Amino acid sequence: MANADCIIIQGSNMAECHPVGFQWVAEAKARGAKVIHIDPRFTRTSAVADKHLPIRAGSDVVLLGALINYVIANDLWFKEYVTAYTNAATLVHEDYRDAEDLGGLFSGFDPEKGAYDNSSWAYDEADEGAIGEPAGPEHGAEAGARASGDTFGSGGPPLEHAEVLRDDTLQDPRTVFQIVKRHYARYTPEMVRDMCGISEADFAYLAKTITENSGRDRTTCFAYAVGWTQHSLGAQFIRAAAILQLLLGNVGRPGGGIMALRGHASIQGSTDIPTLFNLLPGYLPMPSAGRHDTLEEYLKANASKNQKGFWADADAYTISLLKAWWGDAATADNDWAYDYLPRLTGAHGTYETVMSMLRDEVEGYFLLGQNPAVGSAHGRMQRLGMSHLKWLVVRDLNMIESATWWKDGPEIESGELRSEDIETEVFFLPAATHVEKAGSFTQTQRLLQWRHQAVAPPGECQSELQFFYELGHLIREKLAGSQDERDRPLLDLTWDYPTDDHGDPDPESVLAEINGRHLTGPDAGKPLSAYTELRADGSTTAGCWIYTGVYAEGINHAANRKPGQEQGPAATEWGWAWPANRRILYNRASADPAGKPWSERKKYIWWDEDQGKWVGEDVPDFPPTLAPGSKPDPSVGGPAALSGDDPFIMQSDGKGWLFAPKGLVDGPLPTHYEAQESPVANRLYPQQQSPARLKYPRKDNLSAPSAGSPGTDVYPYVFTTYRLTEHHTAGGMSRWLPYLSELQPEMFCEVSPELAAERGLEPYGWATIISARSAIEAKVLVTERMTPLTVGDHTVHQIGLPYHWGVGNSAVVSGDAANDLLGVTLDPNVQIQESKVASCDIRPGRRPRGPELLALVAEYQERAGLTVETGNRTVTDPAEGEHPGGPTP
Amino acid sequence: MGQLTGPTDPTADAHWEHNHPRKGFFTDTSICIGCKACEVACKEWNHNPQDGNLELLGSSYDNTGSLGASTWRHVAFIEQGQERIAEARESGRALVSLGMPRIGPPAPPSVADLADADTTPPDTADFRWLMSSDVCKHCTHAGCLDVCPTGALFRTEFGTVVVQDDVCNGCGTCVAGCPFGVIERRSNGTVKVAASREEQHAKHADVPNAGVAQKCTLCYDRLVADETPACAKACPTTSIKFGDHDDMVETAKERVATLHGQGMTEARLYGANENDGVGGTGSVFLLLDEPEVYGLPPDPRVPTADLPKMYRRAGMAVAGMAVAAAVAFLGGRE
Amino acid sequence: MQSVCPYCAVGCGQRVYVKDEKVVQIEGDPDSPISRGRLCPKGSASEQLVNSPGRQTKVLYRAPRAKEWQRLDLSTAVDMIADRFIESRRRTWQQEDDEGRLLRRTMGIASLGGATLDNEENYLIKKLFTAAGAVQTENQARI
Repeated sequence: MANADCIIIQGSNMAECHPVGFQWVAEAKARGAKVIHIDPRFTRTSAVADKHLPIRAGSDVVLLGALINYVIANDLWFKEYVTAYTNAATLVHEDYRDAEDLGGLFSGFDPEKGAYDNSSWAYDEADEGAIGEPAGPEHGAEAGARASGDTFGSGGPPLEHAEVLRDDTLQDPRTVFQIVKRHYARYTPEMVRDMCGISEADFAYLAKTITENSGRDRTTCFAYAVGWTQHSLGAQFIRAAAILQLLLGNVGRPGGGIMALRGHASIQGSTDIPTLFNLLPGYLPMPSAGRHDTLEEYLKANASKNQKGFWADADAYTISLLKAWWGDAATADNDWAYDYLPRLTGAHGTYETVMSMLRDEVEGYFLLGQNPAVGSAHGRMQRLGMSHLKWLVVRDLNMIESATWWKDGPEIESGELRSEDIETEVFFLPAATHVEKAGSFTQTQRLLQWRHQAVAPPGECQSELQFFYELGHLIREKLAGSQDERDRPLLDLTWDYPTDDHGDPDPESVLAEINGRHLTGPDAGKPLSAYTELRADGSTTAGCWIYTGVYAEGINHAANRKPGQEQGPAATEWGWAWPANRRILYNRASADPAGKPWSERKKYIWWDEDQGKWVGEDVPDFPPTLAPGSKPDPSVGGPAALSGDDPFIMQSDGKGWLFAPKGLVDGPLPTHYEAQESPVANRLYPQQQSPARLKYPRKDNLSAPSAGSPGTDVYPYVFTTYRLTEHHTAGGMSRWLPYLSELQPEMFCEVSPELAAERGLEPYGWATIISARSAIEAKVLVTERMTPLTVGDHTVHQIGLPYHWGVGNSAVVSGDAANDLLGVTLDPNVQIQESKVASCDIRPGRRPRGPELLALVAEYQERAGLTVETGNRTVTDPAEGEHPGGPTP
Repeated sequence: MGQLTGPTDPTADAHWEHNHPRKGFFTDTSICIGCKACEVACKEWNHNPQDGNLELLGSSYDNTGSLGASTWRHVAFIEQGQERIAEARESGRALVSLGMPRIGPPAPPSVADLADADTTPPDTADFRWLMSSDVCKHCTHAGCLDVCPTGALFRTEFGTVVVQDDVCNGCGTCVAGCPFGVIERRSNGTVKVAASREEQHAKHADVPNAGVAQKCTLCYDRLVADETPACAKACPTTSIKFGDHDDMVETAKERVATLHGQGMTEARLYGANENDGVGGTGSVFLLLDEPEVYGLPPDPRVPTADLPKMYRRAGMAVAGMAVAAAVAFLGGRE
Repeated sequence: MQSVCPYCAVGCGQRVYVKDEKVVQIEGDPDSPISRGRLCPKGSASEQLVNSPGRQTKVLYRAPRAKEWQRLDLSTAVDMIADRFIESRRRTWQQEDDEGRLLRRTMGIASLGGATLDNEENYLIKKLFTAAGAVQTENQARI
């Protein structure tokens, strides 16, 4: 980021949430880079940016779409880059119909199922077919029922092969370029004014700044965080930025890209080695019943041997994982123990789990350093869900609210629950801190860094490593001798890790298993050096193929600590970045198609003709000796099919995708829809909300009405949730610390002076905020940093709510939890909840106590006429509510 | 005793026989992100107790209020609208034309230059949120030190001013002696205890150094080990810089000149003028508005600064009385 | 001792100072090319995270319908959890779906957490849960 000429921070409050990372922005700014912050609130990031643009929460696709339109309409796109490195020239199937033509829906939508059949979004093929998935086109029901996007992992969705039709003049109306151009033609500065609340002058400033700082000599970088992901179309927010950045040639180059600023020490690591239901390590999908019933089906569905790039070798990654887990029990005869893997039958994300708790389907629950009673959306549903469990294990440093809801939670206060009625057994097990155990974190740029153990954990505190190692041992011991076939996967599991004097397993031995080793041949037993060494014949193991190389030569490279001041800017000898210690992904794109740097100023990786290989400041993210002009036969498949100008080596056609023919369940192009709850009507399409969003119409999950339909004015304001520098997420690691608690002691809400006047809110007095789910109280911070936005003829007031506090008696500071206000509506690609925008009312004074709190919430629901159907229509009925602008279907 | 007023080298005045350069901070508030890492890093190193009553203070994001016995770094937050920004620019411009504070090379733009300068950046000109980390000034002429009757306050070899906890008797004279309101006596019971955690807190209820005067030591115990003070080391954006005082003043002057060159006439230095009422401060600041806006006195004067004048006056009075007496005597002779 | 900050995902380097087997100070690691020795307020408070007076160091157990915690020793607790894990797994086992397709799982055991844990820890959690057929492992990445 320090190399950028312009940094757009949108959907992130970087200075507050990543202060130390922000030093690189400060450094770029000191060198003269422009920093623009686009956010509903003026935050500490805005305070040090060149400009702050207040935006209406949830309208980001309109703004990004308008930037895409601006770039194309003014011919400002990076022609050589776009033509060579993206799928702009690729032709799309003739059955494809755009949202422009169908009132906000793409072709293939099934309103009954609320999901798309995406076969018409495919690339066109020479023999008049479409390049579909190897297993045949999937249908809506299945698409909606599984966790789609994520199941494709790092390789993106597979294509049958890579022989696509192209029109390099980009004139054919069916080229991706022309489709993108048409799709965004109505995303204009006027639309930005009327939907985002950003003036035309401000839009012009933004567009000019970005485009002037993109091209051969200059690069612009985007930084986002959960301000983009926590929406019912969050994945599409990021896709929209990706399209813009590809058009401007800002991907794979120094100072470019789209930086995801993640919030937890190892949140990247916990996705790579996923404690997530839908993935196996290294972004291999968990098998689904009906789609992956056999290993053959599974491998075929993941990647075709005929597609381009390294993902074509997913069979080697899968079988090496199975060998790592089940060792000798995984043989060619039993398909490498493939049937030891459990199967998915749909989405089993954390919110589905909570709802099945309420149906008494879940008996036991482990909370591992996580505080859902405060930190997850719809806190009440979380806590009531837990009250249905038979047993709950909470492992944490502090006595978090998720461990005490049964004695001092909000439902005890309101009388909904009584301790003496709750059957749940609760085990609180104290955990070890980061200095009391050794291990690796993977930070936000995929860098693994090892922590050494400084001291032993106090008292009965234990690391998760030790706890789960012992639990696994005990379970296996108790099951020993079992003849039950279902216990085989547990009993055959490789679970022998060397232990120290205290019986603690050696974390390096686990890292070595993750890295993988040779099982046969002259190197048998030796650690692998690179994932290219993995084989599908059972001769290698790897617990997470993308991490292969971290333990090359038996050396823990995550512990590499050559001081930064003794290295170049890429600092490749500090820690280890996956894959293959590469710091910038797809960095082949930092050189032109002929292999020369785009400019001296932005030089990074280039082709050295004399040495016949790629050289530069980083590990080339490309076959090291594949010359720029190479044009192999694409039909050979795999890495060998990559051309010299296919920088996106993990995509099945080697190109950056402007248009996504596969992989997203809610549309091939980002399209603006309003949030689940919004006082504003969608001016772009008659379709109000994302038709493919995951809805949960339940009595305990009501939604406020939208867009002026009856009852919208009962919850007239927009609220957005966020965090502060002084605290950490749900507070488990900050509200118990006096030094952090004193800096932000109390829950507050941020409102504009105009809203304070409208509702009679006193500065630093109390206010009650009421949503369709709950009501909370907060101190009032009246500030000009909150700006009422004029959107069409409507003034939108936004209320800011930090979400760090929770109700309980154990922390140094406590307070009402903002997340109690939220409902559960999810992005269909990734099942992340919409917590950055929802509707509420606000009034002066503290909230009622006891049963009167529930009465207040019910009174609002009644006044707004809420039913489970409210806001939950899949396809918007144009007759309900006003929809100016936009074509009718 | 050394000089009581005006430019001087306080270390030499204190008769240290070595040539440690004077150390100090330069706090550049124009790049502060208000994260408060300095406040926490300071408390961690110095084991200072938690402050306040754990309620919102009613001052934007500031909940520690001011410097005090237990808070030795304090971040102020100030929200300003367009009008106030214009005033700040104007007052800054006036300072430049007055040549105050004195700016060293590179030469500052003249008023005429500023008239032509592009005054558009920063682009959000209609609103700003100022953040500034305050700290003990470690004055050239330190009021606290000068008035301390026990000698608990002393001038270190780094030119800084430090309390010796075991010597201080808690008389509080220094509190009135500081023109910045920095030094305070630490009361015990600054830790508020949550009801159900009394037991846990009881163990930690002992407030260190209760009853004695406390303030920033400029991490004296780190300086003797050649370590950077905790706040400056932690600061994510280098808003807090630490080094030789002369270098800090030089860096500060360059920075203010750069900002002036960018049209930010509101930028000005605080504490860099060795002719001010405290002889200049060891901690210098770059501010974006008048000092009062940040809660800093516009014209701090050490109480002892007036002593020479008072001596002169007293001397004149004595002389006058002598003359009068002589006259009376002479007259008496008549 | 070199370490890494446990809060956000920037991954700032830390140096942990230990005296008499107790952590006495945690500061930024100037060698880190990511953070260059700097830390935010949370990172700066890491020592307090480790030594905070409110931190729990003992196992506690809440029996059904109880109003208060009671003490339990660690090995008993782990043993009880293992028993409950096995029982719940048996009780809620799903071998096949309605169409006779293999499921081989339990929907009766779930977990949440991992984003603040080590890669090695997440690896063992995922491995054990998957082998047990407990597919509902989730973490902050989806929140």
